[in-house]
Parts: sequence; structure tokens; C-alpha cells
Amino acid sequence: MSSCPISWPRLLTGLWLLLLSLCCQQAWAFTVLDERGVSVPFGQPPQRIVSLLPSLTETVCALGHCDRLVGVDRFSNWPVSVQRLPHLGGLDDVAVESIMALRPDLVLLARSARIITRLETLGIKVLVLEPRTHADVQRVLNTLGQVLRVPPREETEILWRKIDAGVSAAASSLPPEARGLRVYFEVNQGPYAAGASSFIGETLSRLGAKNIVPADLGPFPKLNPEFVVRANPDLIMVGDHHADDMAQRPGWASIRAVRERRICRFSPAQADVLVRPGPRMAEAAQLMADCLAGRP
Amino acid sequence: MSATHALAGTHRRAATVALVLLAIALGLLLLGTAVGSTGFESVLHAQEDPVARQIILDIRLPRTLGAWLVGALLGLAGAVAQGLFRNPLADPFLLGSASGASLGVAMALALLGVSLPAVVQAAPAAQWLVRLGITGAAFLGALLAVLLTLVLARGVQNNLRLLLAGVVVGVVLGAIMDLLTLAAPDILQALKGFMLGSTAFIGWGANGLLLLVWLPCMALAWCLSRVLDGLVLGETTAHSLGLPLAPVRAVLVLVLALATGAAVAQTGLIAFIGLASPHLVRSFLRTTHGWLLLLSSLMGAVLLLAADVLARWVIAPQELPVGVLTAVLGGTYLLWLMHRRRSGGGGGL
Repeated sequence: MSSCPISWPRLLTGLWLLLLSLCCQQAWAFTVLDERGVSVPFGQPPQRIVSLLPSLTETVCALGHCDRLVGVDRFSNWPVSVQRLPHLGGLDDVAVESIMALRPDLVLLARSARIITRLETLGIKVLVLEPRTHADVQRVLNTLGQVLRVPPREETEILWRKIDAGVSAAASSLPPEARGLRVYFEVNQGPYAAGASSFIGETLSRLGAKNIVPADLGPFPKLNPEFVVRANPDLIMVGDHHADDMAQRPGWASIRAVRERRICRFSPAQADVLVRPGPRMAEAAQLMADCLAGRP
Repeated sequence: MSATHALAGTHRRAATVALVLLAIALGLLLLGTAVGSTGFESVLHAQEDPVARQIILDIRLPRTLGAWLVGALLGLAGAVAQGLFRNPLADPFLLGSASGASLGVAMALALLGVSLPAVVQAAPAAQWLVRLGITGAAFLGALLAVLLTLVLARGVQNNLRLLLAGVVVGVVLGAIMDLLTLAAPDILQALKGFMLGSTAFIGWGANGLLLLVWLPCMALAWCLSRVLDGLVLGETTAHSLGLPLAPVRAVLVLVLALATGAAVAQTGLIAFIGLASPHLVRSFLRTTHGWLLLLSSLMGAVLLLAADVLARWVIAPQELPVGVLTAVLGGTYLLWLMHRRRSGGGGGL
């Protein structure tokens, strides 16, 4: 017994300290439920983040933690500071090795089986978030605020209220005659449209516009061009500035919006704002409101 | 006596070629661990830097080995198809089995969800199940597509009919896959990556699975290769030699489907390896089917491995999808082969 190098009091103190440190860790640790239904544990806020989705990149930056981003996907281009970061490809051809070399402690991405499995096998923490609706944008904002420990928590809520108020302000800036316009929003020349159930459709309905694509067709349905001719929208918004001359499409010359030349073509930078469900949603609402009101 | 001598000579030459191919593969394997987005410096720092070590050991090594194994499977599948159908243009892609395998993967993605379910998080062992699910779906898809092609072509006798049937099956299954992506747009991204073909996502687990498929497929094909030799003499002669044609054909179709399915499930669509490897082997060696199958497999492995290293190196730190590269290189090779044949050079075809 006398040869035992550890005395009882010392052992007890050690145990006590261990318990104490565990408790403190417990207070710091939390888990976040991600899009897959997987709970992702966090000990401390991540310091080296890779984001593989533009809307998530923008959300991290809007929460004031742009400096924690170490790499982004090829489409992330806002704010300007992220353009200097290493670009790691898109979700379908992501450079696994470059991600590893950046030593991230968190990778933010949308659902995509192969890259998620591969990164997790390599021991990298991934958080799957994919905002699709206004409610999702708020939820993702809250989740990332929690993960990044934006202090205090209210700041996240202030940010959301600001976005929300921005959308309302855009709506109230509209003259009465701009309300109730029947709108067709073309995402690209499939033609794929933004339906009423997409976040673009949600913004449009808050602006008092009527979407010609009903919610039951899904968020971004591929339409038959004749559907648009039949619906005869008052106004057309085009996310793709490469879109051909709509009057040239068979039968489209008779559409009211084409006849009255009420077609808004957005520049690539504006289109980025419009099609990303993120913190620039108020700006997107303002762009759409300007278009509805016929403001240049 | 002289025939035995000639046979022994062929065996010796084939064995030499096999050893050379293995040596090239070993060299490319070493090169493969040095090529990637972070370049050679990862190798230099592998001693002291754990991340560099992980890049070498857990990313480059498995994907390089994986490229070898997938190439070996595709080369084997190509040689089996060409021997089985006595058609030098038979290729896993031309017989519709690759499009069948892709359709299987698309269905698995749509059913299992694009992201692996939460089950995987709970039990890492379940990851094997999911991977087997995708490989299994690819296998079934490939098998059904080959059978469909054979039914449409009413057997394997008519080359033109067989190829046309393969094209028809490929197009129809492709269309069904397009329908599937319209119904479940979520799988579009994953499928696009899949169509491009890439070894970037092969980890150690996938390597184990590929090896588990390649070994029995190779062994089975080797054992049944005498029937393929007999088939060269024509169906009736093979029958009169007492070769069990029907069951052997069935087993070889299974081997073809399993090899293609496993390869496609792990890397996506990689063109021309299956078609070009047997031709390359035949262009410098006339031998029995046993050796041809083994050498085609080794040749396919070397081809894909070389293409993969090249794909990582050409525009580093970015990388080309290797399927795009093999399609360009393989297409060029095939054109050259056709040109050479037309100008009377003989050889390959």
C-alpha cells in the first residue's frame, strides 16, 4: 500500500477537478439538429469554416463572422471579401483534398450524399443546411447564430427583424396600381419558373403580386411555354439575362407583358441576390418591388 | 510438341506483360500519392504534418487504389463482353449496362434520399449497408439492362442487332432516368456529379467493396475462359466440344453486370476503358481468353489510373472529372484504330 504513488486526497481532488471541468464543458457543449435530422455536437464555436453554398456563406458573413470562413464554393461571391478565399468547386465536383488542406472545423453544405459521406469519413464535421423558404432562412439564421455563438442571441433576431422589415418596406413602397399584378418569374430558359411555393414566390405574394404558377406545381417547375401564353401575365421577371428575346418565342408576342414591354431582366449580380434564400432577401424584395412599380 | 512450345511461349509472354502492367501500376500508384490540389508538398510534410499525412493516406491513396480497381473491373467487363458476344465493339456502355447501372443509382438516390439517412450517424456499420444498397441497385440495373438488350437482340448472333438493341436500351433507360429527375429534382445535383465520373469520393471502405467484387469476378471469368476460347470457333463447334454454353453464358453475364455495377456505383460513368483495354492487349499479344481477361483487367486498371493522375494534374489545383478525360482519350484512340484498320494495318479490331 505504501508504494502506491497516488494518495487518496490527491485522487479525490483530481476527480473533483475532472468533474468540474466536465460540467463546464457541458455548459459550453450543445447539439444542433441539421437538415438530415442528424444532431451535430459542438464543443466550442467553430473557427475555420468552409461554406459550400452561397446563401450559407452570405448568412455567416451577415452574422459578422466572415473572418471565420477559410474557403467557399465556386458560386459564393458576396460579400466581396469572400472572393479572395480559396474556391473549392461546386457541390458535385468539390475538391476534397483542398478542403482537408484548409483544416476546417466545420463544413456547411446542402444535401449531397457523396461529399457528406466522404468528409465525415475523413473526420470533418459537416452541418447540412438548405434554406428553401422564408421560414427556412430564419431557421438557418438562428442555427448558424447558435453555432457561431453570436453574442447576444438577440442579435440574430434583430438581423431577422431587419430583413423582415426590409421586405415589408419594399411592399409598402409600392403604389396601389402595382398591386395585384399577375407575374411570371422565369429562373432560366427551361423554361423553369419560380412557383408560388418557392421563396421567390413568397416574396412576390408579400409584395401583393399574383404568381401565375400555382403552389401545387412545386417550387421550381419546368413549364410548357404554352402555359405562360395561356396565363397571359401582366409582368415578366427574368433571372437569366441571357434569356432570348421573349417576343420571338412562338405565340409569346401576344402575351400582355410582352406587348406592353413589361419585362424586367436582372443583371447577373441582381439575379444572385434574387435566387439566394439568404440575408439579402430584403434587397431582393426591393428589386422586385422596383420592377413591379416600373421604376428603372 | 512445337504447339506446346508455342503455347508455353505465349504463356511466358503474357506473364511478362502482366508483370510489366503491374509494375507500371505500382509506379503510377506512387505518382498518384504525389499529385493533387496541394501538390507534392503534402508528401514532403507528411512526416510532421498530420493533415498532410491524412491527405496522403486517407484521400490520395484510397482514390488512387480505387481508380486501379475500378479500371480493373471495367477492363474485365469489357473483355468478358467482347468474348461472350464475339463482338469487338461490345462494351459495358454499348450494351446498355452502364445506363442500367446509372438508373439503379438514380433510383437508390431517390429512395434512400440524396443525403444518407440519419441511421448512418447512429451506426457507422449502416454505412456499408447504404453503400451496398447503391452498389446493389447499380448491379440490378446493369443486369436487367443487359438482359433487356439480349432479349431485344434475340440473342447474340447478330452484331448489328445487338449494338442497335444496346443503343435503344441505353436511350430508353436514360429517358426513364430523366423522368425520375423531373419527379425528384433533389437528386439532380448528385446525378450530375455521377454522370461526370470521378474517383474523388472513393475512400477505404469503397476500396474494400471493389476488391471484394473484383477478386471473385476475376476468378470466375478465369475459370470459365475456356468456354470463351471455344466460342471463338463458333457456337456449333463449341457445342460439339461438349462445352456447357448456356449456364456459362448466364454466369458471365452476371460477372459483367456485377463488375459494371460495382464500378459505376463508386465512380459514376467512365467511358471507353472497357472498350479500349481488350483492344490494346490484343494489339500486341495473341493469347487465350484466360490471359486476355486478366491482361485486359490489368490494362484497364493502368489506363484509368493514368487518366486519373492526369485529371488531377492538368488543371491543378482544380481537377477534371476523370470520365470526361477518358471519353476524350478513348474516343481519339478508337478513331485512330478505325483509321488504321481502314488503311489496312490490321491489328486491334
